[in-house]
Amino acid sequence: MAQMNMKEAIRDAMRVELNRDPNVVIFGEDVGNVGGVFRVTEGLQKEFGDERVFDTPLAESAIGGMAVGLGIQGFRPIAEIQFVGFIFEALDQILVQAARMRYRSGGKYTSPIVFRTPFGGGVKAAELHTDALEGLITQSPGIKVVVPSNPYDAKGLMIAAIRDNDPVFFMEHLNLYHAFRAEVPEGEYTVEIGKANIVRDGSDVTIIAYGMMVHTATKAADELEKQGIKAEIIDLRTVSPIDIDTIVNSVKKTNRAIVVQEAQKSAGVAAEVIAQINERAILHLEAPVLRVAAPDTVYPFAQVEDAWLPTPARIAAAVKKVMEF
Amino acid sequence: MTKVPYEVYSEEVEALSVLSPEGEIVNQDLMPELTDEQLKEIMYRMVFTRTWDDRAVNLGRQGRLGFYAPVSGQEATMVGSVYALDKEDFVCPGYRDMPQIVWHGLPLYQAFLYSRGHQHGGQIPDGVNVLMPQIIIGAQILHAMGIAMGYKLKKQKQVVITYTGDGGSSEGDFYEGLNFAGVYKLPTIFFVQNNGYAITTPFSKQTAALSIAHKAVAAGIKGVKVDGMDVLAVIKAVRDAAERGRNGEGATLIEAVTYRFRPHSMSDDASKYRSKEEEAEWNAKDPIVRMAKFLEKKGLWSEEDTARVKEEAKATVNEQIKKAEKTEKMTVSGLIDSMFEQTPKHLEEQKADFQ
Repeated sequence: MAQMNMKEAIRDAMRVELNRDPNVVIFGEDVGNVGGVFRVTEGLQKEFGDERVFDTPLAESAIGGMAVGLGIQGFRPIAEIQFVGFIFEALDQILVQAARMRYRSGGKYTSPIVFRTPFGGGVKAAELHTDALEGLITQSPGIKVVVPSNPYDAKGLMIAAIRDNDPVFFMEHLNLYHAFRAEVPEGEYTVEIGKANIVRDGSDVTIIAYGMMVHTATKAADELEKQGIKAEIIDLRTVSPIDIDTIVNSVKKTNRAIVVQEAQKSAGVAAEVIAQINERAILHLEAPVLRVAAPDTVYPFAQVEDAWLPTPARIAAAVKKVMEF
Repeated sequence: MTKVPYEVYSEEVEALSVLSPEGEIVNQDLMPELTDEQLKEIMYRMVFTRTWDDRAVNLGRQGRLGFYAPVSGQEATMVGSVYALDKEDFVCPGYRDMPQIVWHGLPLYQAFLYSRGHQHGGQIPDGVNVLMPQIIIGAQILHAMGIAMGYKLKKQKQVVITYTGDGGSSEGDFYEGLNFAGVYKLPTIFFVQNNGYAITTPFSKQTAALSIAHKAVAAGIKGVKVDGMDVLAVIKAVRDAAERGRNGEGATLIEAVTYRFRPHSMSDDASKYRSKEEEAEWNAKDPIVRMAKFLEKKGLWSEEDTARVKEEAKATVNEQIKKAEKTEKMTVSGLIDSMFEQTPKHLEEQKADFQ
């Protein structure tokens, strides 16, 4: 097995699928020759040619629309939107066109597209480069939303996303691209979309997180363990659809839960998780389920970014609150 | 370094035309090669489309159709443009462009089902290369560009035509589509039916450009302006554009200057923004009258032919609307199952509430 960081794992997944399926094509701004501003597609154009991996003019809506058109033609496009804040320019094509193609054509046409985008805070990037917009995407029907937290998952989820016959919005956290290396199998394997992962066993409280927040929650859990509190951590991996069974089973065991999201607090993935816990497991709860999230402001300029994002201390405080309820 | 002239293309563009309003050939060089049978078929389709439009407006008033955008006046652009293409070519319509996809193979009863809000309307039969009409004004322009990219990557010779109106030519997607098609030299035909109004906004308030055809210049593609009330000129323009696309010469923007005789939709009053004089002026350019005059002079058409086609069209529309009305209704659970290839668990649960 190879050691890879998340960026290399995602690239490896795309390489595996470019090799396996001639219908896979990759395009976006700067993805060809230099391999993208984060070099996620580095080397792929050289290996597969500029008809499989190519640069586009700078226009996000057209990137999305070209993906929809190529999907109609039987291709499996991987369309990169260079930074998450630029997806607004392409939302009609992603959420309106791609996501409803199967429905409005009665199944005649589908959108087997992966929309890739880097996102995620804590890197002091320019405005609108890092916002966690998964809540916006998950509220729209017809598209799956994947947020991997580690290299193994990232590769397996990316291969699953490329093979999926429906559109998948694939969010790659900037802070995780180079954060650490992990063992990643060679060749092909998939991680099921829509399946959460228990990344840490615990008996006292369930912490539900995804993306970078899995790591922030783990730091909090390390601290809590020193104080005798054993937190179970669930990595959602897919925020739409949500694997509620894994969550409910854990809550039945721990009777307490908090949900951590990097995004602003209101109406997001955490709110959805809590609503579903209430629908299915309210009698198992010893305390209300709390959210740890960013405040409902615009994503701030770099000066307050670190304080604005959820921290291990805020997560630990929320856990204590539900423990002492 | 190459010296770039400071002056850009700024001449008024004369619209291509073949027939005068009296049905005389005014430009023999542009006359498309068509047999007598083909000329009669084109006429048949235009008369049929006008009758279908009349019936559809009535059916709408009776509550038997849902959303319907009238087409009368635009028969030359609608019938002519798809007639100029091959069956294997692809059509990406805007919301008013139902005639194009029906003449390209979509069964008429499915057009009615679409209007009635039934999903099966969009279940296009195999071998019919069309999308359903697009509501978002410029979105289909990008799909057409993407489909054309597919043909290019597959090294197939088909072309893709997409339609929008003068209003649609102001959308960002319009410029993005033209630009991509220019960069990749895609076999795309961007066909703008400039009917003078975007709902109520007149062309003079739509753009300060001399014409929509001029907008091709900025994308590095060919721009053509054509008399959209002249079906033969439309056919010539689209055939030329298709040939360019098939030969790898890239995309063409065609502006067809036309007029819709009826309002934008079933629910607006054109008298509030159009004058009687203007309407009379355009009525005199009626594409059906013009083509009929031309064919009558050649001994290929008569008033009896028009009457016969109208009867045929009425009978067909009646039969097809009945077929649409008899089609089993959509269900919420069927709708839920059409969201994904495999319905996820949470949607299965939601489905149970509707069974």
